[in-house]
Amino acid sequence: MGEEIKAGCARPTGGPVGKPPEEKPAAQDGPRKEVVSMIKVGKAAPDFTAPAYHKGKFISVKLSEYLGKWVVLCFYPGDFTFV
Amino acid sequence: MSIDSIFVHKMWNDHELSKMVKGGVPFPMLSDAAGKVGTAYGVFDEDAGVETRGRFLIDPDGIVQGFEVLTPPVGRNVSETLRQIQAFQLVRKSKGTQAAPSGWKPGKMTLKPGPDLVGKVWEVWKTDMAFD
Repeated sequence: MGEEIKAGCARPTGGPVGKPPEEKPAAQDGPRKEVVSMIKVGKAAPDFTAPAYHKGKFISVKLSEYLGKWVVLCFYPGDFTFV
Repeated sequence: MSIDSIFVHKMWNDHELSKMVKGGVPFPMLSDAAGKVGTAYGVFDEDAGVETRGRFLIDPDGIVQGFEVLTPPVGRNVSETLRQIQAFQLVRKSKGTQAAPSGWKPGKMTLKPGPDLVGKVWEVWKTDMAFD
């Protein structure tokens, strides 16, 4: 869990893992509207990989590596955002 | 997880958070460039280009059991997060035979849903139990 990554000049990135959510077909008439669906309770959490800083090291984290444990996943607007 | 790079995470941890928490942040600080993961979770604010204060509880099977999303100026309540995890753990351990009523916390009574309890909750559970 948490393979170490090298710090280079390229900023490491991650993203969702697996198949993207199914796109809803555009309505026959009218402008195409993008549908952003919210997570649903009782359904699987979307898997992802993300670079991380953890206790002095840069690592790569994959959500599915935490199966078997309870996970609290927190998002926030940005570092140093006060609250 | 935020859109900040892991380098900024290191600076924030080393220069500020480690002064609040001994030893620094104990869990991984995740970086979500361009908000791709936040978009998948429905918490990326495209207008502001940042993520809102979303908090997701994911069980050992990878199932989302709950979430809470706040706009930026109000912080979360960690005690409430822990209470919810404890309640979900209790329900899971009982294989769904027990339920945690409103305001439940460790030590308070649980309910055993079933035919005998229908219409009888008022006899065993009082509204003041919803509060601390």
